[in-house]
Order: sequence, then C-alpha cells, then structure tokens
Amino acid sequence: MTELKNELIRHSAADLAAKLAAREVTAVEVTQAHLDRIADVDGQVNAFLHVNSEEALAVAAEVDAARAAGGSAAEELHALAGVPIAVKDLIVTIGQPTTAGSKILEGWHSPYDATVVKKLRAAKMPILGKTNLDEFAMGSSTEHSAYGPTRNPWDLDRIPGGSGGGSAAAVAAFEAPLALGTDTGGSIRQPGAVTGTVGVKPTYGAVSRYGAIAMASSLDQIGPVSRTVLDSALLQEVIGGHDPFDSTSLTDPFNNLVDAARVGNVAGMKIGIIKELHGEGYQAGVENRFNESLQLLKDAGAEIVEVSCPNLKYALGAYYLIMPSEVSSNLAKFDGVRFGLRVLPKDGPMTIERVMGATRAAGFGDEVKRRIILGTYALSAGYYDAYYGSAQKVRTLIQRDFDAAFAKADVLISPTAPTTAFKLGEKLNDPLAMYLNDVATIPANLAGIPGLSLPGGLADEDGLPVGIQLLAPARQDARLYRVGAVLESILEEKWGGPMLAQAPDLKNAVLGAVANTAGGSN
Amino acid sequence: MSVDATLSFEEAMEKYDPVLGFEVHVELNTKTKMFSSAPNVFGDEPNTNVNEVDLGMPGVLPVVNKTAVESSIKIGLALNCKIAETCRFARKNYFYPDTPKNFQTSQYDEPIAYDGYLDIELEDGTVFRVEIERAHMEEDAGKLTHMGGAAGRIQGADYSLVDYNRSGVPLVEIVTKPIEGAGSRAPELAKAYVAAVREIVKNLGVSDAKMERGNVRCDANVSLRPHGRERFGIRSETKNVNSLRAVEHAVRYEIQRHAAVLDSGEPVIQETRHWHEDTRSTTSGRPKSDADDYRYFPEPDLVPVVASREWVEELRATLPEPPAERRKRLKEAWGYSDLEFRDVVNAGVMDSIEETIAAGASADVARKWWMGEIVGRAKVADVDPSELGVTPQVIVELNKLVEDGKINNKMATQVLDGVLAGEGTPAEIVEKRGLAVVSDDGPLLEAIDAALAAQPDVAEKIRGGKVQAIGAIVGGVMKATRGQADAGRVRELILEKLGVQG
Repeated sequence: MTELKNELIRHSAADLAAKLAAREVTAVEVTQAHLDRIADVDGQVNAFLHVNSEEALAVAAEVDAARAAGGSAAEELHALAGVPIAVKDLIVTIGQPTTAGSKILEGWHSPYDATVVKKLRAAKMPILGKTNLDEFAMGSSTEHSAYGPTRNPWDLDRIPGGSGGGSAAAVAAFEAPLALGTDTGGSIRQPGAVTGTVGVKPTYGAVSRYGAIAMASSLDQIGPVSRTVLDSALLQEVIGGHDPFDSTSLTDPFNNLVDAARVGNVAGMKIGIIKELHGEGYQAGVENRFNESLQLLKDAGAEIVEVSCPNLKYALGAYYLIMPSEVSSNLAKFDGVRFGLRVLPKDGPMTIERVMGATRAAGFGDEVKRRIILGTYALSAGYYDAYYGSAQKVRTLIQRDFDAAFAKADVLISPTAPTTAFKLGEKLNDPLAMYLNDVATIPANLAGIPGLSLPGGLADEDGLPVGIQLLAPARQDARLYRVGAVLESILEEKWGGPMLAQAPDLKNAVLGAVANTAGGSN
Repeated sequence: MSVDATLSFEEAMEKYDPVLGFEVHVELNTKTKMFSSAPNVFGDEPNTNVNEVDLGMPGVLPVVNKTAVESSIKIGLALNCKIAETCRFARKNYFYPDTPKNFQTSQYDEPIAYDGYLDIELEDGTVFRVEIERAHMEEDAGKLTHMGGAAGRIQGADYSLVDYNRSGVPLVEIVTKPIEGAGSRAPELAKAYVAAVREIVKNLGVSDAKMERGNVRCDANVSLRPHGRERFGIRSETKNVNSLRAVEHAVRYEIQRHAAVLDSGEPVIQETRHWHEDTRSTTSGRPKSDADDYRYFPEPDLVPVVASREWVEELRATLPEPPAERRKRLKEAWGYSDLEFRDVVNAGVMDSIEETIAAGASADVARKWWMGEIVGRAKVADVDPSELGVTPQVIVELNKLVEDGKINNKMATQVLDGVLAGEGTPAEIVEKRGLAVVSDDGPLLEAIDAALAAQPDVAEKIRGGKVQAIGAIVGGVMKATRGQADAGRVRELILEKLGVQG
C-alpha cells in the first residue's frame, strides 16, 4: 500500500490524469496519497499553512462518482478532474483561511473565491491546501513568512526560494503534483529554479488576478508550478483566459500551450542568449549548467544567437521603485477597520489613526514595512517624477530592449537565478543581497512578457538544482512550452530520468526528526 | 466655537473684489457602481448594497462602469468641454475609514472632459460665462456617522458607524476655473451656476439631481482681493453646501467674513469651512494647503479609458436640447410675458404645460389650468404639480367641455376635484355629479324674472343704460340655479328682456 501511494505521488499530473481517465486509480486514492505525504513530510518542509483534507477528498469523491456513473457525467469531466493541486496562500479561497503569510490576516476567511480558484473548482481539481510564502509575497526565500520558513526538500537547511517557496517545495517534495504561484519579480520562477521544479509566469493579463492579494498590480501574475513542462501547460490552460472581473486581463485567448509542449522539436528556432543575464555575478555551477543547456539546444537544431538588452542594468532599480510604490497603496487597506487583525494602542488616546498605526505596526513584518516606507517616499509630492516617473521610463526602455531582442530571436534564455539555494538565514539581514537574487527574473515582469523556469541540472560545487529561464514575447507563451519541453526531454534523457529522482529521500531523512519538531502551522 | 467677525456685504463689496470657484460633485444614477456590480441605490439598509469590491476586501479589482463613462462624456459635452481620447484613473491615497481601500480611485491629471464653459443667465437676464476647467470621474466614499461626540465630528466621538452603500457610487466632479468679475452678484451667480449644473445633469437623465439627497453637492471656493489687484487672495473652501439657497448664503457669508479678516490686517487662512444652515455661517474645518500629499499615481488595476471620436459623436447626437435654450424657445412659442414665464418655471410646471399644449390645448389655456388650479392643489397636497395625477388629456377634455358650453368654469373646477378624487374622466364626472349647464331657457327666464323682481332698482339702472350693473342680476340667477346656468346666456337673456343693447 505504501509503495503504491509512493508511486502515485511521483506521477506527473498528465500521467495521473491518464490513469484517472482509464480508471486505473481513483481520485480519492490520488488525493489521499498526497494528503498522506503531506502528513508524513510537511512537518519538516512546512510548505503548507493549511491542509484542506475534507473538502479535497469530497471533490475527489465527486469526480469518482461522475466517472463511475459514466455517460455524459464522465464525459464532461475536465482532463485534470481529480488531479489535486496546492494553492499559494496569497490567493483567496472560500472555506479555507487566506493569510498572505502575514499576521495581519491571521484567521481571515475570504467571502469570495479568486477567479483561478473558481476555475479549479469548475475543473473539479481537489485543492489540497494553502502554501507558505514570504509575507504578501515580498521576499526571495520564504523566510519572511509570519508562519515560519519553508525548507528546501533538497537540503532542509536551505531556502526553497521565494516568495512562492511553499508551492515549489510542495511540488518538489511530492506533496502535490501541481500548485499555483504568483510572480511579481520571480516568485514562481526562482523557487522553481532552486527546488528543481518547473514554474511559469504567463504573459501579464493571460491569467486573471482577481482574488490574488495584490502586491504590485502592474507586475503580479498568477501562474503554474509543476514538475514537468507539460503539466504547467495543462494547468495554464485551466486557469488562463479573459476574466470580466480583471480589466487588465487579455481578451484574446491563446490556448495552444499543451499542443506546443507536445511539438517535440526546436529545429530552426532562434534562441537568444541575453548578454547581460549571465557571466559575472553568476555562480560557476549555474553558468556551467546554463552553457550545457545551450549546447544541447544547439545539438537539437536550434540556432543560438547573442542579444543585448543594455537597459537591464536599470531593471532592479526600477523594480524597487515601482513595486514598493504600488505596495504602499495596495497594502493601505490592511488597517484593522474592516477585517483581519486589530490592535489597540497600549496607552494614550484611542483614535482611528492610532488604532490603524498599532495594527499595522504589529501586523506587518519588517520586509513589508520596509517596502511600504520606500514606496510611500517614492510617491511623495516632489519625488514622484524623479522616482516613480523615471522608473516607468526605464520600464519602457526595457520593453523596447526586449522588442529588439525578439526581432533577432524567437525565445531568450538565461539562468533563472544567479545562485543555487542559499542557507536559511544567510541573507535575511542583507536585503540588497536578497533582492539581487531576482536580477534575472524581474525584467520579464517589468516588460509583461512570459517566462518559464525548468530544471537545468545540479551545480557541480554544491549538488543543488540550477534553473534555466526561457523568455518569449507577450502572448507567445506557447514558445516557452515548446522549447522548455524539448530541453526537458533532452536533459532527462541525459540524466536517465527526472532530476527530482536525484533528490534525497526526504521521507527517510525526515522520519527521525519528526518527533522533535512542532510541525508547521497546519 | 467662536463667532467670526463679518463686514456688511455692501462694505465688503466697496473694498474688495470676490473671486469664486466651484467643485460640484454629481452622483450618477447608473444601475451599478463605478467599479463594481453592486447596486447603486439610495436609502437602503446600511451596508446592503455592497460586494467584496466596495468593501475593499483583499484581492479585489475594479472594473470601470461603461454607462458611467457615457454619462460623464454627456456631462462633458453639455458643459461644452473637450473629451479626452484616452484618459486614466489615478489613486488618491489617504487613510480614512470612509474609503475602504484607503485610497480613492479618481482621475487626476487626465480628466475625461476639460476646457468647457457654461453661460449662466441671472434673474435680470444678464448672461455670465463660467469657464469649466474639467469634469472628471471618481467614486464616492462611504458615509460615516460619528456617535457620542460633539457636533457629529470624528474628533471626540465615542465611535463611528460606516455605511458603505455609497462607497463606489459613480461621481463626476465638475471644477470651474476661477470666476472673476461677478462683483456684488457673486452670491446670485453662485446659486445660478449650481442650479444650472443641476438642471443640466437632470435634463441629461444621468443623475437624480436631488440636492437634499446629496446627488449634487457643492464645494464653494471664495477669495477676496482689493479692487484693481490682479493676484488672487487666499481662498477658503466651504464644503458640501447642499441647497441652492445655501450656496448663495455661504458665498455671501464667506465674502463678509474674508472682508473682516482682511480689514483686521490678518491673512485669510487657507482651509476648508463647514456650512451651518441654522446659523447661516461657516466654521473652520481642517487646514488645506496645496501641499496636501495624496501620493497620486496612475491606477495600475485599470486600463486607460478610450473614448473614440465616433462614440463621442454618437453620444453628442443623443443629447437633449440644453435647458436654457429650451426655455428661450418655449417662452417665445407660448408668447408668455417675462413674469408669466418665470412663474411657470419657478412653479415647476414648464414640462407639464408643454405636454398639455402638445395634447391640444392653447398656451393660455394650459397656463390657466396649471398655474390657476393645479399648482395650488399640489401645494396643499405637498407634491410636485406633475405628480398630482392630472394628465394633459384631462385638461384638454375639461377645456373642451367649457368651450362647448357644456359646463362653466366653476363647474370645471369641481370636475377637476372629481378627477383628483378618482371619480373617473371629466365627462363621466359631469354625468355623475349632474353638473351640466342649464341650457333650457324656460327655467332661466323664470329665475331672471324673479331676480329682476327682487332688485327693481338694479333693473332700472340697466334699462337706463348702466349695463355694468347687470352683474348683480346675473349673480342672483346663478345663485338661484346653484351655479348650473351658463352665465353668458343669462346675461344675453337679461339684456333681451330689458330691451338693452349689450
């Protein structure tokens, strides 16, 4: 039985879907196997902030009943019906708490579902629970969660990336075959890179943001987290499409993603190396794996060209003005008046301003406060033009750089992150070092273009996962899936199987330690 | 709360030249709110017309109400504004519990309508052009009720109640350029301007335009400068002056107060003022400086609003005739005197008269009925004349009965009462109440003989040529016939009987 479950959790979403359709396995079995795995290992990983067993099993049972009934009930089931999924706790859900990783929302239940959650429910995908994140998605390590850090399944002393470390670690630790993430400056792709998983930030507007608690509205995008490129394509097709509740959502659908992931060749495609996004500042092991991937793509018939995006050197600076500016406004609503935490001042007069102040002082962590203060300053009269205004100009220049680059190449390529996973606590007190982790992922958010990170092998010096990032022009997400699937298949052939097969046996490593831990906040 | 010193208005005008400016907020009567699908309805139970968007719950996004944009464009066009081809919303950031997001989504440097004007006709016919700086879209805030403190202010309140039903109601804010040269007519102009804006939005059908409900709210800016000086003085902004009369009074009061401050050698403080209807005065609100920092930036959750020229022209073609032009046209067509027409307008029966004329009545007949009969009855019933229940057809029918000699004027008013009492159509009421004019001369002649016999001296006067004395005899006949005689016919018969030429 244990072996069977162990097998089930190691399947890709596509394989599980096929097995479910063939009635080789039931949705309840698949869901229970993942819930068991969560119970077994999440005390160490701390990927989940809330586990939603009852509802997940009920949805799975519905799927099984529909399949058993046969006829139209079975035919109407979505291809991924019964395939369980984890949801980043920045995305609101009815029936489960949504914390955004913050004390200020502790115990809050949303009265409405995010559009993507409605779509998961419509597809009858059991929602396993809500995953950990840096508070309000601000961070690159998940250490800024108010509910304790998530640990990297490859090495429990290391960070799983951030902000979506919970979703990436859950998928890497086989606690879920799929997860939803959000990506404002790399929060899906960088955790994917350091946990050896696949993560995609779709084109801005490809997936509705309605119900994703806003960090920086003009940069945020919900996207898939998975262990294979095909699985991400399947998931993006579930969650994508126009949403009348999100004015920034694109009206023209592009749902040829799964087909693209199955094309299987890159012959004649031009793949551009971004001169500014590798080399100096990148760990040697990262650089080696990157070069190896380039060679493999070249061998597969792709043409490798070099492109330059000279304004990318301003990207991090522009990002750290635009993002906190929007943060300062988006997070103003957390004031203790209508929902969430309310803290009364210890002494002195009880005015609304002082209650708001006390609530925000107690409810927000340091990184959130840092960004609110930075953004408030950047938007202030007299500074607006110099800071926010200039940053928006940089953004336009970066978009033009990408336009020029995509005139020369179909897809651009770079390492996803400059380093492999660092140790917990290593950069916690050095915000600038932490911010530099996103140097390769931020440009896609500023330009609104799609980006995908997939496992590129293990770094020689530390044996930890390296991510390869692919970028495509806006609306051309399909190209990412096509090239990503090909590179994945060549690499897996080279490795003799999925890279995650090389990850340490987490369950055995963890078993001895379980008794000594508090076991997350499930 | 100290009482501010004031100068007499006349003295203030002698010494100073007022400059005005108005911000008029118009609540649109769209079905749903500016950025959400919640109903836009006034007067319901608090916090019932809200959804997650209006409450600013985590994760929500705004979506622009297209009808609100249409209404805004119509207002812009009616104010002779240019309409921006594309414009954006911005966030006005401030912490206050009437805005659930702690920012208001408004337009900042890209209003949908700009550079317009409105010609205001004052009572004596003088036309004053008010330049419109801009008309922009925004969302209304929720309504706070401060409990337990003094004067309903947040300072010192024990607690405050918030009703978010109004939160997100679409608003258009119309901002004038500084209005110079109004002189002593400034208070009158202020009232006339707000009245004109109110009339325009009502006429467009884009707002219920009820000031008492806050559908139209006025902030009045006043500053004074010595005569001959170009530079403006420091202004005060009197908030939420919510009746036309109050607008006039507030501007007058602020002129008098500023004049006293300036006379004392002190500078006017730039601040908001609160209007108090009971004392007809203002008190100091919060200091307002141009340095108030709302950290405006473009609303990243909304895409720009694009108003294609084709769309704007389509909307322009649907605009009703401007109220001022319409009045001018109707006054000429109806041939009323200035006084008659003004009374009609003030009584609020211009539309009803127009409909009655369209139904077949003459202009004079329509005015006679509406002004002579219906307005007074409406006043007693405390409703708008148009809501009393008299249709144009009723008036046409009544008038025809009179013209055909079937009933006389006195009976007609009784028939009208019958109509209002729901007794049926005028013809039915004439029938039911037995109100037909007595047209058989027999009974009349008897009554005439009796009346002449009762007043022989009057009969003698008439015979002697004093025909004007006939009234007493006619009156006697009418009395004897309980008003059912046709007075004209009675007169004819009397003259005939006495052998006198009428």
